[in-house]
Amino acid sequence: MSLGKKSWAAIKIIVFLLSLTPFALLVNDGLNDQLGANPIETLHFGFGDWALRFLCIGLALTPIKTITGQGWPIRFRRMMGLFAFFYASLHLLVFIVLDLSLSWEAFKDEVPKSPYILMGLLTYLLLVPLAATSTQKMQKRLGRSWIKLHRLVYAAGLTALVHYFWLVKKDYTEPLIYAVAISILLGMRIIVYCKRTAKLFSL
Amino acid sequence: MLIKTKSNILSSEITDRAVFESRREFIKTATALSAGFMLPSPGQAATGKYADAPVGPYSAKLQVTDREDVANYTNYYEFSTNKTDSTVLAKALKTAPWTVEVTGEVEKPGVYNLEDILKDNPVQERIYRFRCVEAWSMVVPWIGFPLGDMLKRFKPTSKAKFVEFTTLNNPEIMVGQRSGVLDWPYVEGLRIDEAMHPLTMMVTGMYGDELPNQNGAPLRLIVPWKYGFKSIKAIVKIRFTETMPETAWHKSAPGEYGFYANVNPEVPHPRWSQSRERVLGGSIFTPKRETEKFNGYGEEVAALYSGMDLKQYF
Repeated sequence: MSLGKKSWAAIKIIVFLLSLTPFALLVNDGLNDQLGANPIETLHFGFGDWALRFLCIGLALTPIKTITGQGWPIRFRRMMGLFAFFYASLHLLVFIVLDLSLSWEAFKDEVPKSPYILMGLLTYLLLVPLAATSTQKMQKRLGRSWIKLHRLVYAAGLTALVHYFWLVKKDYTEPLIYAVAISILLGMRIIVYCKRTAKLFSL
Repeated sequence: MLIKTKSNILSSEITDRAVFESRREFIKTATALSAGFMLPSPGQAATGKYADAPVGPYSAKLQVTDREDVANYTNYYEFSTNKTDSTVLAKALKTAPWTVEVTGEVEKPGVYNLEDILKDNPVQERIYRFRCVEAWSMVVPWIGFPLGDMLKRFKPTSKAKFVEFTTLNNPEIMVGQRSGVLDWPYVEGLRIDEAMHPLTMMVTGMYGDELPNQNGAPLRLIVPWKYGFKSIKAIVKIRFTETMPETAWHKSAPGEYGFYANVNPEVPHPRWSQSRERVLGGSIFTPKRETEKFNGYGEEVAALYSGMDLKQYF
């Protein structure tokens, strides 16, 4: 797509606003007392779902570029990654502030007993350095190591999946859908990687 | 100085006398309507089928959860694993006529009409805490009768050491049963002394009215000191047995859900703490409540388990 600078800026603003919509809808439901019998759970799960969805969207952009041969998907990679981080932060914030009511006592008791919470915290820790180094400045400064560092997102995709599987009581339908999506997205990278190394050896 | 000699009030602005005189009626109706719609009043609804049910023993004076929350947050996997979808899906269930098959170690086995069971067992209201294994809880005014009173009429034999309950199996209506999320039909069980305990209830209603389908109509169990999954819904079969029945959740994950399933903050679920519970209906800034052993009914039921290691028999 050969669009001008202005058109891309406009498209980016639209995508940005669209990405904020789930947040706006949940906040609006909250203000109108529409979050159901367990509002904290609705917010907590809502933000968690969207964190995982944006992680998947972010992971899909490079494969889309590979398949279509077009460069435009990469323009949205940072924004999607940062939205994943944004929703993951809200997810964590709801847990700490609303579910645990900022009680250190509750944190000490509940977190170690829950492998899935530990896995969620690990996922968040993996995302923090990626968000922190997401600026163009940091990208330039870190050079090749920036690329290496940002491969952590693959690990975050996997730990997020484990986090989801471990918290489910019985019905694995939803985490399975994400597992298939993430497997395809990471699998495509493995295929590309294998093809590249095969080419190197054949030369 | 401005002196108005003529009235400014148009005749069309003057309230018709008949309307004026009926204003009290209007206010009354409006108040009644808003009260009916806006405050799903805790406790008994004035017009429900069981509005006059007397308050039974063990009923606690607790802040009752809004009926809307209780009716729209149910774990009813026979319909859906989603707690609100079951409200809509369960509407398809026909709850009358309804029969309960009584079998096993009893002198009077048979297929009993629910109507006849209800004739023999006058209902009462009891406000109980309800604690789910998922660490949330609510307070519900149940309408029902002691399970023990009902069971004694069937004359259990001396071999009856346990009671097993089975939920209706009908995948055509209970669409959740088309998936293998649990091994259908849902089965639960109690030791005979637990079943005969005066706290244990057979429930046919809540909030002074009939039980909504999604809450287990027309007949469900309530065992207030155990996690909610023990309180089986839409019961069609009661079997008295000599051996401990295999129950649905235990079968599905024996390491996570035991036969006893007594509420116990000291025994965490393998994947989460049970020390606290989210009481539904609070503000989002209300902290969780400290879970009580036996859900606060220890004085009544702790003796049933004296000498038992509750960590082993969870």
